[in-house]
Amino acid sequence: MMDAGRHPKIKLFAYSEVERISGYVGNFTVRVRKKARYVDETACTACGDCAKVCPVVVPNEFDIGLGSRKAIYIPFPQAVPSAYVIDHAHCLGDVPIACGKCREACDKKCIDFDQHDQIITLDVGAIIVATGLDVFDPSALDEYGYTRYKNVVTSLEFERLIDAGGPTGGHFVRPSDRQQPRRVGFIQCVGSRTLSGNDDLSRGRPYCSNICCMNTVKDSLLLKDHYPETDISVFYMDIRAFGKGFEDLYRRSREAGVKYIRGLPGEIVEDEATGNLMVTVDNTTQGRTERHELDLVVLSIGLVPPAEQAHVKQLLTLSQTDEGFFLEAHPKLKPVDTPTRGVFLAGCAEGPKDIKDSVTQASAAAARAQIVLNADKLRVEAITAWVDPTVCTGCGLCAKVCPYGAILADSKTKAKAQVMEAKCAGCGACAAECRFDAITMRHFPDAALMAQVEAALAENPEHKIVTFACNWCSYAGADYAGVSRMQYPPNARIIRTMCSGRVDEDLIVRAFQLGAPVVLVSGCHYADCHYINANRWTQKRVDRLWDRLERKGIRPERLQLEWISAAEGAKFATVMREVERIRQSVTMEEIEWARRVLAEEK
Amino acid sequence: MAEDLRIGVFVCECGHNIAGTVDCEAVREHASALPDVVIAQRNRYTCSDPGQQQIKQAIANHNLNRVVVAACTPRLHELTFRACLAQAGLNPYLLDIANIREHVAWVHQGDPSGATRKALDTVTMAVARARHLKPQRELDVPVSRAALVIGGGVAGIQAALDLADAGHQVYLVEKQPSIGGKMAQLDKTFPTMDCSI
Repeated sequence: MMDAGRHPKIKLFAYSEVERISGYVGNFTVRVRKKARYVDETACTACGDCAKVCPVVVPNEFDIGLGSRKAIYIPFPQAVPSAYVIDHAHCLGDVPIACGKCREACDKKCIDFDQHDQIITLDVGAIIVATGLDVFDPSALDEYGYTRYKNVVTSLEFERLIDAGGPTGGHFVRPSDRQQPRRVGFIQCVGSRTLSGNDDLSRGRPYCSNICCMNTVKDSLLLKDHYPETDISVFYMDIRAFGKGFEDLYRRSREAGVKYIRGLPGEIVEDEATGNLMVTVDNTTQGRTERHELDLVVLSIGLVPPAEQAHVKQLLTLSQTDEGFFLEAHPKLKPVDTPTRGVFLAGCAEGPKDIKDSVTQASAAAARAQIVLNADKLRVEAITAWVDPTVCTGCGLCAKVCPYGAILADSKTKAKAQVMEAKCAGCGACAAECRFDAITMRHFPDAALMAQVEAALAENPEHKIVTFACNWCSYAGADYAGVSRMQYPPNARIIRTMCSGRVDEDLIVRAFQLGAPVVLVSGCHYADCHYINANRWTQKRVDRLWDRLERKGIRPERLQLEWISAAEGAKFATVMREVERIRQSVTMEEIEWARRVLAEEK
Repeated sequence: MAEDLRIGVFVCECGHNIAGTVDCEAVREHASALPDVVIAQRNRYTCSDPGQQQIKQAIANHNLNRVVVAACTPRLHELTFRACLAQAGLNPYLLDIANIREHVAWVHQGDPSGATRKALDTVTMAVARARHLKPQRELDVPVSRAALVIGGGVAGIQAALDLADAGHQVYLVEKQPSIGGKMAQLDKTFPTMDCSI
């Protein structure tokens, strides 16, 4: 921590948030909001005189409310930067009649109530996402009584209670009576490996949180080291001591007398008089139901993706797994890359992991990022747009749909549109929008896509479902279905485009003209579009076509639009089954009708 | 000026991954009869060195100017085969990949004839697309020699230090008033049992 704070090559923006990221690999522009701290962090010496006079006392977040802090505070003694901060929500303000005591107390005069948020713009070539984790909140598990029973704490609260820097100065006491607990129980897998059967995540997540077994083993050894007479029981379903040195630690814990009891307690009941806890558990090794009277119970809580994951995901158009962690580019071969080139993952942002694995992955991400940073020039895939000036009318529609502002056009002067190639990401929304077919996508030209549609429908078109899938989400989702061996009917004929926004209405109409019973357009979910928001145009075009089909007496159902993410292999398979069901419902008469009325139109 | 198209199709069996469900010989035979296809071959593993060697030889021997590989998803090996084309002196963009593994063999395992029909169409579509591909030139862009690290927990700190030690400018953004993350809240850490900060 200290090293990072004083490294000449690291500029630290604490108390800051990334608000916007634009650009592409090698050339990202980042907007950071540095929130007003109301204390000059370079001048503050962390002497603490300000906090001494501050009259406001609030619970301390760092100690999870087990301790208190003032409205002007330092999060913890070793904080980096080593500077105080004013909690604006609780501070009484600097009007002399209200307060302003801290400013008077500060010798260095580094408190500034007029400080404002600062907006900083940075140019970077690579980005590492290390947004970390939150811990599972076990409040919803009524049977364990967390928040109802004072002596039921989480494993993170345990850390603060036994930490010499914590609210008790490292004297391990239980919350109800500040007595040292003699009988301590740990309950494993709280919030982990829980299948609730529906989307309710309040009782837990389906995955293993990776660290909780070893964390409890460690905690049990700490307790035995500080208080050898403590009676410790660990309630578990499996102990996963798989890492280097882990089994040894587990053995030491058992040798130290820690009891490992296989079975997760069904219930904790508090004895109101003593604050002691009666834990009922089916001991599945002994095959009997046991009751344990304990002074303190520690819930070994799992790890969950942090709340701001969604924000970062949108900033960088990343994908999340079903579990909510960021999806890597490839689970084995590119575990720290993301689908967005130049963006890498480190730590729990990618999935629950311990410190060693976080550090390992961080070094890997740094190494991968250096491949970008050390390059003199980066090669960009030749999939950009090109405007044919002899066909372009200068209407400017293409510039309107371009999510990157990469097209120079002026509808007033009717100047021919020009693509700034370095800014173009190759989504193709412009090419689909151009009414004059003046835009060619270098590697996905209209003619090639049209040829694919025609080839797909050359024989027995009534059996085929023409499917457009965007490279980043839907096509990848179909790949994921394949990797997971999810089975579905074989009638789809899949055409890859970079973005669903590339799918020109002409392609869809052509498919119906050639006798396609069903056409499916699929892309990224709205907020996940890898081309910022190019898929909004997909929606608009499909909407327009639905109207047009309906007017022609063609069932709009025959044109399907689905948003399928790269992690949604199961959804892709489900959609495949659904469109096949629709296909079977389309009669030969309907196919003929569509052929005829659409042929007349052209 | 119409170019004389000479397309080579390479059907990958991927061991049993594709050949276990799809009749690869039928796909090869079908491909060989498609317009402008001058050679269609089957490989056990097209991505392997011998597989790529076969493509390079075919490009040289048959003067190919378009290549279609029917194999796994382009998201896996498009770059592999582009490099293969480049080594054989062809522009790497004159390649198309027919995904007959993830999108066909693996998802229709109980329906070999349906899978084979889909594979035939997928290859037909790829050949149709290949006929419209043009050589492309990739753009070189400059690089900003700085990195952004979002999050100042143990992972973010380590990544920032590694990059900075290697001489790169690093911007480390942390939303809390201090870096340290969840790690800083831990007393001791496993397996070394030492303190976290």
